[in-house]
Amino acid sequence: MIGERRVLVVLPAWNEAEGLADVLAELAERLPGADALVVDDGSTDGTAGVAEAAGAVVARLPYNLGVGGAMRLGYRYAHEHGYDVAVQVDADGQHDPGYVPALLRALDAGADLAIGARFSGEGAYRVRGPRRWAMRLLSAVLSRIAGTRLTDTTSGFRACNRRTIELFARWYPVEYLGDTVESTVGAVRCGLTVRQVPVAMRPRTTGRPSASPTRALVYLLRAALVLALAMGRRAPAG
Amino acid sequence: MQLSVLTSVTSVVIVLCILELLRRQQLREKYAVVWLLIGLAVMPLGFDPSLLDSVAGAMGVASGASLVLFSGFVLILLVSLHLSWETSRLEAETRSLAEEVALLRTELAEVRRTAAGDAPVGTVR
Repeated sequence: MIGERRVLVVLPAWNEAEGLADVLAELAERLPGADALVVDDGSTDGTAGVAEAAGAVVARLPYNLGVGGAMRLGYRYAHEHGYDVAVQVDADGQHDPGYVPALLRALDAGADLAIGARFSGEGAYRVRGPRRWAMRLLSAVLSRIAGTRLTDTTSGFRACNRRTIELFARWYPVEYLGDTVESTVGAVRCGLTVRQVPVAMRPRTTGRPSASPTRALVYLLRAALVLALAMGRRAPAG
Repeated sequence: MQLSVLTSVTSVVIVLCILELLRRQQLREKYAVVWLLIGLAVMPLGFDPSLLDSVAGAMGVASGASLVLFSGFVLILLVSLHLSWETSRLEAETRSLAEEVALLRTELAEVRRTAAGDAPVGTVR
């Protein structure tokens, strides 16, 4: 419980055994009222064991489904267990749980989906080249359809209220960028209110970011395709 | 003459293969029907490839053989498209199943923990 609400923090984790204990410890310390669900996305290391030892509920997928699949499972769990708020946090420690109260305040202020966004004042995260163009394109289009300024549409740091949990438990895109871009488009088209909250991202403690000019260009093209498909598809049944 | 021997033998063998797969229940009927129809329609052409020449002529295609080649290509294209569609559907289904399995496992672990609270660990009930 945080205030009057039952809050579930969902952490999709794929081979995150290394840093997961610290992330969960920090969560327990900063958000003592929240429950944590680690979705073990077919890890081959000790991710599930680490999560259990840290006191989190663990949902183990039999094989890797990707972030989208892991998140849909998280939302289904939140829906079935009657949580009021689901907060999505990366298992690699990039998301600072200290910002979760700010996301919850955005929900209180009337948002159905609150996105923790970089590039909006806080933090020093910068990108250049095709990757930047891709983010610009996504931001411009999504801001327009959402009727609010959205600067970081690919952020996986977000909080949902009951209405959004209900939608995402039933409908959550599982393909590339679907978990962020397409899910946001779907939420907007179902009449949900999307707002962003400025956050600072921390450098990842484990894993390696993917960055090369070619990959950035491929990212731009895929982002444009995902966006076009998301806009062209029928809206999920509300 | 040699060509028609080759094509006729091939067509008969293929139709027999389809029938055998069907007999052993290795092929779902919904796919088998399509293949059987195609096989039966094409088999006569194996015996006399010139059968289609008049149709080809009417369509402005040089020979019956080219027409068969072209329609065969279109057919294969449609079949692969259909298979991609089926695979997408199957993937969506297996995904849902995987999620369901994970949810059930979690539920089971919770039930076990509660049960373990009542009885000493290791007790067989």
